Amino acid sequence: MRSRHSELIILGCITTAIFALMWVFNPNQFLRIGNLQNMAFQLPELGLLSLAMMVTMLTGGINLSIIATANLSGIVTALILTAMINPDAPPPGSGGIIILAICAGLLTAMLIGLLNGILVAVIDVSPILATLGMMILVNGLTIVITKGYVISGLPNAVRFIGNGVVLGIPMGTIIFALCAGIMALILNLTVLGFNIYMVGSNPTASNFAGVNNTAVLIKTYIISGLYAGIAAMIMISRFNSAKAGYGESYLLVTILASVLGGTSAAGGFGKVSGLVMSLIILQIASSGFNLLGVSAFLTIAFWGFIIILVMVVNFISAKVLERKAA
Amino acid sequence: MKNLLKHHETYVLLVIIIFSAIITVINPRFLTLENFFDVVKSYSFIGILAVGVTFVLISGGIDISFTAVATVAQYVMAVMIIRYGGNIFTAFLLAAAVGISLGLINATLIYFFNIPTIITTIATLNIYYGILIVISGGKWIYALPGWFRAFADIRLFTLCTDEGIKYGLSIITSIWILVVIIAWVILRYTKLGRGIYAMGGSMNAARRAGFNIFRTQMFVYSFTGLMAGLAGLVQALLVQTVAPNSIVGKELDVIAAVVLGGASLAGGVGTLFGTILGVTLIAIMSNGMTLMRVSSFWYNVFIGLIIILSVAFSAYQRRTKAKRAIAVEVE
Repeated sequence: MRSRHSELIILGCITTAIFALMWVFNPNQFLRIGNLQNMAFQLPELGLLSLAMMVTMLTGGINLSIIATANLSGIVTALILTAMINPDAPPPGSGGIIILAICAGLLTAMLIGLLNGILVAVIDVSPILATLGMMILVNGLTIVITKGYVISGLPNAVRFIGNGVVLGIPMGTIIFALCAGIMALILNLTVLGFNIYMVGSNPTASNFAGVNNTAVLIKTYIISGLYAGIAAMIMISRFNSAKAGYGESYLLVTILASVLGGTSAAGGFGKVSGLVMSLIILQIASSGFNLLGVSAFLTIAFWGFIIILVMVVNFISAKVLERKAA
Repeated sequence: MKNLLKHHETYVLLVIIIFSAIITVINPRFLTLENFFDVVKSYSFIGILAVGVTFVLISGGIDISFTAVATVAQYVMAVMIIRYGGNIFTAFLLAAAVGISLGLINATLIYFFNIPTIITTIATLNIYYGILIVISGGKWIYALPGWFRAFADIRLFTLCTDEGIKYGLSIITSIWILVVIIAWVILRYTKLGRGIYAMGGSMNAARRAGFNIFRTQMFVYSFTGLMAGLAGLVQALLVQTVAPNSIVGKELDVIAAVVLGGASLAGGVGTLFGTILGVTLIAIMSNGMTLMRVSSFWYNVFIGLIIILSVAFSAYQRRTKAKRAIAVEVE
């Protein structure tokens, strides 16, 4: 238990260090409200997608299909909206249609999650393969449906989800905070959350303890799909459009963010607070570099360095603790 | 017959035969030697990458970074041969050296710091690719030397169609064939190769049986790096341009092809023959859809369906087998 806490402390130190470093390098711009708001606008999509990734990693699985899921779900919503509402002259009662469209998108995402869950839990396919196949299939569907075109022209009310500001806080950030809070509640306070950790650390033991592993895994992948769907809503609203292949480069980054936040790739360990902190580290680093005029690609390389550094530090500190214990 | 039905490869081969029959009925041009040589040539790049991935998967790990390694090797090779000249052998040496070195970096991180292979290689993918783009500025290279172009046009033997169009076994294809033969010998007939299977089956058992885990790990990742380097060179030979963004992003497609061929992500399982079948299946699908004039939009849908059905089927088989056998697990 102590080592888990020490991981959060390490992350806290890195966050503070990077924050201070960026502030020193950009004393005039970094702490400006505009820059902070900018950072807050970019965080929610990656954050929600990382939550979708993390919850499956807790069970010892992985979900490679989250970006594809998000794209299909966004396309379903955007198709319904553009077919039924003219953005320049919204018909009366368009609020209902918007809610309907969003629900349809989220349901699509949950359906894909359900299929993933069945493949993993019932048929016993390894999660990496099941979701890899699903990713390629769903990507294909998005291309077939859109024929490669962009679906654009969403009603103003929808655009508010990604671009609106409430009391100075971007709407996307509020949604992300809510979703992260709900995820933390599920994981820490509900039976399902407890079982997710159990299945992740030892599926055989949890089975003998009377846990229905199949049901837990299916629910986990449905939740993962749902979170990808919510990310999709923010995504289409921010771009005011939906298209096949948006955000594909996020996929590997969500795995990095989860692992950086202390989620174990083998399952059983990981906290929402760690993930949020690692997302903040990544965001501060990328915004700070951006202000310095450093190439976005160098930022990505830097993320790679951070993750390896953290893993090496964890490894060494575990070795030291082991030696002390012996 | 019963023995054949046990092998994953048999089913993949069956699917390939059925598909080939359907495509040939719709467009007889599919089953011509000319089309065959064309497809094999254009898939030699994916094929070489797949050989490397097979090694890592059998050893129980995974490598995501090989696309970045291929890109870096290709770019360094192109820059050096343009700046300092050389011949096709120096080009090979350069690509191989870069590939092996980057693979060794992966192996070092994985072995000494015990970082999960998927995390290590996602991180190094970003590092290799990020640094390359920053240094190169993402510039494309078109002005490859004349001898480089000439080498790509060499054919080991040449045939002629009725219309007088020449075709034959390209030197590029023969690189792939050579690589497969060498890899097959290593896996099948050397202690190193058996060590890779043993390590993938169980790291502890392999150690107790006397396999040198350190050497095996180093070999596996540097070999994957070498394959990536060669694949980078082959891709440059095929398209005669070097674009830093043309390979990265295909990593999961290559892994999917290998997995279709029966290699398991749990390690210890997989054959080169299976990998070749997996790549063939994907090649036939893509080529066949073009020949059948199916819109290429549907390509991913079919590939995705085939992968899901294939992995579901083999998981189902594994479960029925496990039910029949009584296993005692000793930790």
